[in-house]
This record gives sequence, C-alpha cells and structure tokens, in this order.
Amino acid sequence: MSASAIADGLRRVGGGTRRAISRLGFAARFALAVLLHSPEGLKRIRLTLREIYFSGVLSLVIILVSGLFVGMVLALQGYDVLQRYGASESLGILVSLSLVRELGPVVAGLLFASRAGSAITAEIGLMKATEQLSAMEMMAVDPLARVVAPRFWGGVISMPLLAALFSTLGVYGAYLVGVKLIGIDAGAFWGNMQSVVDFRADIVNGIIKSAVFGVIVSLIAVFEGYDAAPTAEGVSRATTRTVVASSLSILAADFVLTVFMFRGVGVV
Amino acid sequence: MSPTPPARSTASFDRRRTTAVELDGVTFGYDRTRQILTGISMTIPRGQVVAIMGGSGCGKTTILRLIGGQLRPRAGRIMVAGQSVPDLDRDGLFALRREVGMLFQFGALFTDLSVFENVAFPLREHTDLSEDMIRDLVLMKLNGVGLRGAAPLATGALSGGMARRVALARAIALDPMLVMYDEPFAGLDPISLGIVGQLIRKLNDALGITSVVVTHDVYESLKIVDYLYFVSDGRIVAQGTPDAVRASRDPFVRQFVDGQADGPVPFHVAAAPLDTAFALDVR
Repeated sequence: MSASAIADGLRRVGGGTRRAISRLGFAARFALAVLLHSPEGLKRIRLTLREIYFSGVLSLVIILVSGLFVGMVLALQGYDVLQRYGASESLGILVSLSLVRELGPVVAGLLFASRAGSAITAEIGLMKATEQLSAMEMMAVDPLARVVAPRFWGGVISMPLLAALFSTLGVYGAYLVGVKLIGIDAGAFWGNMQSVVDFRADIVNGIIKSAVFGVIVSLIAVFEGYDAAPTAEGVSRATTRTVVASSLSILAADFVLTVFMFRGVGVV
Repeated sequence: MSPTPPARSTASFDRRRTTAVELDGVTFGYDRTRQILTGISMTIPRGQVVAIMGGSGCGKTTILRLIGGQLRPRAGRIMVAGQSVPDLDRDGLFALRREVGMLFQFGALFTDLSVFENVAFPLREHTDLSEDMIRDLVLMKLNGVGLRGAAPLATGALSGGMARRVALARAIALDPMLVMYDEPFAGLDPISLGIVGQLIRKLNDALGITSVVVTHDVYESLKIVDYLYFVSDGRIVAQGTPDAVRASRDPFVRQFVDGQADGPVPFHVAAAPLDTAFALDVR
C-alpha cells in the first residue's frame, strides 16, 4: 500500500471522527437549547397535550397488544421451565419482575421509538424540507419553542405511561395463560406476586428506566428531524437514524441503569 | 469588531423612511471556499415593488435571507428601515421580523393547521386580540386574496395557486412594512400566475408596503414591478426600470429577457476541451 493511500485512509478516518464529534457537540447544544426553550414551549400547553395524544394515545394499540402477547408468551415459557422444578406457583413472580424491571420499559421503549420517534422525526424533517420552520422563524416565532419543545415533552410524558400500560397488560396476559389456560391457582399467582414485587426497588426503578428512555428517544427524534437534510432522502435517512440510534441507546442505557439499580442481586 | 453596538430588543423601525431596504457591498458565502454573493449593492425605496432576477442558484434567495436576518453577511451593510440587520440581537431580529412578511416558494403553509388558522397564526403569536377580532382580521385578509370561502379548508385541499394566496394573506396578517416574495410564480398555471402577480401589485399599493420579489419569471415581473436588479454568479450585472430593461442592449439582459440558450450565461458547463475529453487526434 502506497504512502498516499495510507494518508488518504487516515484523512478519511480523521474527517469522519471530527464530523462525528462535531455532530455530538451540536446535539448537546441542541439538547440544552430545547431545555432552555421548554418553559416557553410548555406555556403553549395545548400543543404539548396534542403531542401527548399523537405520541401516547395513538401508540396505545401497538403497546397494549404487544404487552398482552409478550405476557402470554412469557407465561408459557416460564411455566415450561418452572414446572420442571415444581415451582410453577412462582409464575406470577417471574412474569411481573421480568415485566416491571426489564421488558416493560425496554420493549415499550423500542416500540415507542419505532412508532412515535420515527413519526416525530419525519414530521419535523418534512416541516424543514417544506420551509415551514423557516417560515415560522421569519414570523418571529422560534421553532424550538413552538415545534420542538412540545414534541419533546409529549414524548417524555407519554413514555412512562405507555411502559406502565405495557407491563399491566403483560401481567394480565400471563394471568390469562397461567391461570385460565394452564390452571395455576389464582391465589398463588397474585399472592406470590404481591409478596415479592417491591414498590420502590422494582416498580419505581422500572418507571425511572422508562422515563430515561422517554428522554433519550424524544431527544434523538426531535434532533434528527431538526438536523435532517431538507430533501426526501434526507428525511428518510433521519427517520432510520432515529429508530437505530434510539434502539441502541435504549439497550445501552438499560445495561447502565440496571447495573446501578439492581446491585443487590449480585450483578456488581 | 462592529462599528456600532448591537441594537437591543427596543430596536425601532422607521416605517416612513424613503429607503425601505439598503444593501451596500454585501458579500456572503456559506464557507471560505464558496462565495455566493459578491459586493451586492441595492436600494429599495419605500412603496415600490422591486424584482431581483437571475437564474436558478445565482444567490437571489440568499439576498432575502440576509435581509430577513436568517443569514449574516461576511462583509457589507444591510439596512432595513434605518436599522442595521447584522447588528441586531435575537430580540431585535424578532422585532424586525414582525415588521417583515415573507412568502416562501411553495407557500410553506403549516400542514397541521387549517387555512384560517394559518392566517391567524401570527396574530395569535404576537397579539392578544380577542377571538372575534382575530376572526374578523383573518377573514379580511383572506377576502383580500379572494379566499374568504376557503377559510375552513385544510391546506392539503388547496391548489398551488391558492396555497400561495393563503401564504400571502398570512404574510400581510400583521400589516408589515415590507413583504418579501421568494419565487411567487414558480409552478403556477397562467391564471394563478396572473392572479398572484396582480395581488402583489395591488396589495403593495393598497397597504402602502414595500415589496421585494425574487423571481426568474421575466414577463410577469415586467408587468408589475417598478425596478429590476439582475443577479448572475452572485453579482448585480444589470438594473433598471421595466421600460429600460425592455429596451436594453446589455447581452445578459437580452439573453434573460429573450430566453436565449447561450450567451453571457454559457450553455455548456466549463469542461475539458472536446479533443481531450474524447481522446481525438486533432492534426
């Protein structure tokens, strides 16, 4: 390999790294700007409520149906393993802890990124491509306060509620399979669950996780939309980036949060 | 260093100045290697309709963005109603933009709002008028562009020409002193094109505003404007009244007005000589 080819390769790597760091810096400044514009944005409470409707209410079908099926599958798989050890009565514990600690926040977060995050990015990106954001600026209205902040907070508020509903439907799905279909005793199913699941350690930590995922997905979604190239291809790429970056960030953040939250179980 | 201190949010705009907009030696580029505008100087008197003409990508729209303060020049002076635009802070810029209406190329209507709400948008954002007053004002503005009957429609139900007219009603909602039009004739059928052209002229005269029209539609412009600037490669290459433009012998003006394929703006993009490109053995 010639020296010039090596130099070109190094230049490309250096350029790519510099662009990535520059974009990360821009994203951080953008996040700060969104927070600074949030009071102005939240004054327009009707806009935030509208975004809760679009991000939250319209995501209900996919969240509820997914939660129900995940709970049902979890019950079938869990029962298969537990009954080998004569512990099938613990099915309620297995399902509820799996859901409130992990699957509820994580799977709801991934679904939220696919359903609502992509929609937010596409909407803001298209507003940019059709000069609606420029028009707003030229009418002396800051798009960060009018467009971005309500969508960000709409997502942040919706996400924990969706995760809670996901877990609730999951537990109900497990009840249908475990108690109604397989025939586990209902008292054991609910009683064991009630005695083992801790409100502070399990449920609150699950809610904290889902709130963090809500911030991550919403921030990535509004940033990618705002930063999208103002073309059809640019919006398409931005939407894809939202789903990929949100999903990976959720999984990475989940690991970090789990390390800190559940140290008592011997992870660390 | 700026020669004058930045204006505060108390920036005041003198609507009665005889010169509405003045650009003096304005130079602009998005980066160091690519210069978009070079030494642009123009004076736009109050109450006139002035066109900035030129081919696609020559920097016409950039001039509007500089006047509106969305971009800052690398050098030169931009004055709007006596205020230096590059020296305005964020609040000053927003104060300026309340005095300036802008019609974007394809209207840039908010797709999640109805026609009525689009026109009401600046009124709701910048005034505390009662709902009845807003309703009356919106319907008056829509009536001015002939679309009072379209008030309840969704923006998706509008044709290109109607969308442009709604955007015009929105641009004049706050009774601005200056309205800027970015390619208002692009993609319109002949009837809509005539309507929009006449509206620009009539609204300018009836409301006593100043209009800057960026366009490449030479025939429609010559019918309605008071003065024209021709921009090519980021420089002003010709200027004059419509009569002077029609009579001009300037090669660029003639190429533009007559729609000639070749001339000062060449048909071929700069390329290697033919014999080199096709490896011909020229003896």
